[in-house]
Amino acid sequence: MTRNLRITNNKFIDQTSRISFKFDGKTLYGFKGDTLASALLANNIHLVGRSFKYHRPRGIMTCGSEEPNAILQVGNDPSMTEPNTRATEIELYEGLVASSQNCWPSVNFDMGAVNNFFSPIIPAAFYYKTFMWPTNFWKLYEYFIRKSAGLGKSPTEPDKDIYDHRYLHCDVLVVGGGISGIMAAKIAAKNNLNTVLIDDKNVLGGTTLFQQNECFKINNSYSNEWIKKEIETLNSLKNLTIKTRTSLAAYHNYNYLLARENLTDHLDLNEKKDKIRQRLWKIRAKKVIIATGAMERPLIFNNNDRPGIILSYSIKKYIDYYGVKCGQKISLFTNNDSAYETAISLSNSGVSVNSVVDIRDKTNSLIVNQVEKLGIKIHWKSTVVNTNGYKKINSIEIMKLSDDGTAVVGKKIKEECDCLGISGGWTPRVHLFTQAGGKLKFRDEDNVFLPDTTELDQISIGSCNGDFELDNVIKNSVNLTNKFLKINNNNYENLEIISSKEIEKKNIWLLPSNKHLGKTKSFLDFQNDSTANDVKLALREGFKSIEHVKRYTTTGMATDQGKLSNMHALGIIAETAGVKMGELGTTTFRPPYTPLTFGAIVGRNVGEFFDIIRKTPMHEWHIENKAEFENVGQWKRAWYYPIDNENMYEAVQRESKAARDSAGILDASTLGKIDIQGSDASEFLNRVYTNAWSKLEIGKCRYGLMLNEDGMVYDDGVTTRLSENHYLMTTTTGGAANVLSKLEDYLQTEWPELDVYLTSVTDHYGTISICGPNSKKILSKIIPDLILSDKDFPHMSFKNALIDNINCRVMRISFTGEHSYEINIQSSYAKSVWEKCFEAGKEFNITPYGTETMHLLRAEKGFIIAGQDTDGTMTPVDLHMDWIISKKKYDFIGKRSLYRSDTIREDRKQLVGLLTEDPNEILEEGAQVVAETNKQPVEMLGHVTSSYFSPNLNKSIALAVVKNGKKLKGQKMFVPMKNKIINVTVTDTVFLDKENKRLNA
Amino acid sequence: MFLINCPYCGERDQSEFSAGGEAHIERPKQPTELSDDQWAEYLFMRKNIKGVQFERWNHAHGCRKWFNMVRDTSNDKIHAVYKMGEKPPIK
Repeated sequence: MTRNLRITNNKFIDQTSRISFKFDGKTLYGFKGDTLASALLANNIHLVGRSFKYHRPRGIMTCGSEEPNAILQVGNDPSMTEPNTRATEIELYEGLVASSQNCWPSVNFDMGAVNNFFSPIIPAAFYYKTFMWPTNFWKLYEYFIRKSAGLGKSPTEPDKDIYDHRYLHCDVLVVGGGISGIMAAKIAAKNNLNTVLIDDKNVLGGTTLFQQNECFKINNSYSNEWIKKEIETLNSLKNLTIKTRTSLAAYHNYNYLLARENLTDHLDLNEKKDKIRQRLWKIRAKKVIIATGAMERPLIFNNNDRPGIILSYSIKKYIDYYGVKCGQKISLFTNNDSAYETAISLSNSGVSVNSVVDIRDKTNSLIVNQVEKLGIKIHWKSTVVNTNGYKKINSIEIMKLSDDGTAVVGKKIKEECDCLGISGGWTPRVHLFTQAGGKLKFRDEDNVFLPDTTELDQISIGSCNGDFELDNVIKNSVNLTNKFLKINNNNYENLEIISSKEIEKKNIWLLPSNKHLGKTKSFLDFQNDSTANDVKLALREGFKSIEHVKRYTTTGMATDQGKLSNMHALGIIAETAGVKMGELGTTTFRPPYTPLTFGAIVGRNVGEFFDIIRKTPMHEWHIENKAEFENVGQWKRAWYYPIDNENMYEAVQRESKAARDSAGILDASTLGKIDIQGSDASEFLNRVYTNAWSKLEIGKCRYGLMLNEDGMVYDDGVTTRLSENHYLMTTTTGGAANVLSKLEDYLQTEWPELDVYLTSVTDHYGTISICGPNSKKILSKIIPDLILSDKDFPHMSFKNALIDNINCRVMRISFTGEHSYEINIQSSYAKSVWEKCFEAGKEFNITPYGTETMHLLRAEKGFIIAGQDTDGTMTPVDLHMDWIISKKKYDFIGKRSLYRSDTIREDRKQLVGLLTEDPNEILEEGAQVVAETNKQPVEMLGHVTSSYFSPNLNKSIALAVVKNGKKLKGQKMFVPMKNKIINVTVTDTVFLDKENKRLNA
Repeated sequence: MFLINCPYCGERDQSEFSAGGEAHIERPKQPTELSDDQWAEYLFMRKNIKGVQFERWNHAHGCRKWFNMVRDTSNDKIHAVYKMGEKPPIK
């Protein structure tokens, strides 16, 4: 450790256990308990990154989640490396590897820094203005701009870590484990409320934990000693759950909150293995107490971004908590009392404080007097007008402020230093309060936005509610908590509190300099490199809304969401535009509060758990028989079964031929099945299908078409009447869930008088479809005692049967136009029956076929597939299915819409068949159909919906929807493709067996 | 994420529910007697209010029952839930 920047301090850091880590390739050492930032500072490393736009050297600036500069790449494994992590939040572990971002070749010598010299010509919105024209050159510009911009590198391989999600319910959730949160949690838990306290740090206590100062005492103890005892008593509370290293990411309506718990990020590399890395807690809290504290503000002055310029309270934490000196000769610059606490801490630890520069005229508070007693020089009514030092600050220039604070006067004083602590006051962390819809109010006296009204059961207490003095924090937090929880706790009533009071307050958003404004670099957003000048320029260019200025200048749009300096941007805008800050409002605070890993968001829902995979009972057989699978919704369906080296086309041709020549077997288990029972079942079907159902005999099947109320085809399928009041409806595979919901909807909301019960039985039955001229022979081998004659078991009828003493339902229905049967059997038996069918069919060369062949076979017959040949704009009339619309029925879903002015138009798009001039030319599904080729722009008359080469007809066939199609039969039309125009003829939609002879073959 | 008080099951997370649009639009008993305009009014026209709105909801991943909800769309406050066929408890 260089230059002895550590003091002996074993309170929080275990200075006996040394940890080695790597930063930018160099091996360094820190201690257990350090953050990466504190360890770097102990090694005298301030410069850790380059700024986004000008590539200016940047150093560690804070000690918490608001860090804008020290955002590093952690890890070098291609699957685990993580960009844009805040060094101030990373707990040091053995083997940690970190590196700087946005610099090349290195953080010390960065080529991109030339941008800094050009900075006068790279103002706000430079890219928008410069690269807007010529418009089509953007593609070219973008490549180079993207290359030069950007922060860390994404991992290139899948994340190997395990992430988890869990639910948590509680009476009271306390967010923030500082002094207010600890007291609130204790009050709640002691009163039998199931309480959860979370904090993003590894220990509770907030800033009070290291506040050892004569000016802040509770019951005659230093406040750090008092809080330590309070924390110890928490452990005995049964109703209290404490979660540290847990950061609240989002606060949604109805007190639904998301919190990320880091479980292994602080562990050594070898201890991390096989453990859950992060857990996302989904919290429902009856009541929420926000005690998230406040963030220190920077000051906005010329060259306020040099490495070595650190928020003053962070310097205090580094010395008091980590035992790390941020410098040997530290200057402080402030507009409030808190920098004086830092001065005392430094002085107590033997670090020399050059001076305190204070913009206020003079103040006599307890703590200021203490600093004066220590002999530290205070420059009253002064400001820092400039800082020097390229990679590390080496001096500051101080000047007196004019009476109105808008200019500097007198002589410039130069002061050498190696670190400058700055404090611009405090900003309450109201992020969570507003995420949940809370409205803010503005307090002029110290320029803070505070929680005002909320619809939710929540309160904010402590400094996030605007209490900054120790006695107020304690008194108000206790009172508010008591009132909020409707309890009366007097544990904290008689505390004797000593607290220094801030008497004078003064704020200047943009501090003046002796240089012209245009010649200064006063950074507002350190991460996105936007300056006070940029914001002023945006206002001059006419931007008025804060939301517009934000987007134009990108102020507050970096990964830190402008936590540090959004207030100053607002202040400068308000000042320049001459409006009150309270009226200007704020930009929207959006979750997550700090970035979440994608891993935490998706949890266990990765890989095969990303979505549910539904498999049919015969799935294993398909795998054994080398099926290729197709995803249909969540289902895995056998697509085709290639033999040897067949491609899909060859396999489908073979399967299609076999099914018509002899026998084919299809797994149809995925078709939706809805069991319908009740004394009004027939009436119900009458109302949901277009055709009539009352007269369907028991034991018969009927095809039904279901419309939407707008008259468009919604779904179709065969429904079987099993008994008087019992039907089995089948739906399309993809439509099953929606059809059931829709039917339930009508049943519950429109027709509650109907006695009908719907049950989804899709998964309960496996369905085996055997088709082809030999299907009858195969079935008779499996169920010998079933009489299969056309008279006893005609097309569109059903029989109960037994296979190996197991009940099954056999339907004689056909989607291929062939003589075919469907066996429905309890799922657990389906695979064995399937194998039995396959065995029995072997002598007939029974061929398993998949969905692709099924589609081809039905297209030969001109049967539609709802969702492929229809798209929610096709009526039954458009599909030549007038025959299925009952004329007698008074009403059914969609009936009235069938004679609206639009649906009775004759020139609607209608289903037609298409034959190509060259029978070997296969059209592409989705291709446009046109009537002429030499006119531009040509009218698109329709498109191809289904297209195949039919091996049974030995030619290409297609279905299409074409405007006025019904009247175009026999007409020549064109399908223009990229390289050619295909000549087609409009035909009937039925290509094969128009007389339906094969059904009874 | 809302906490919805299903009239049949009690308080459940919003992820168990699906929304079903405006409530209290009764399907006409005699659609054939309606003009195109009247039918279109039923079929297509829905309110989109900023403020208190009456909605249909379905406990899709629960009891699968449909019910009605009175919700303020400006702040997502649920003022009431009630069963299908019941009169709204609030005007």
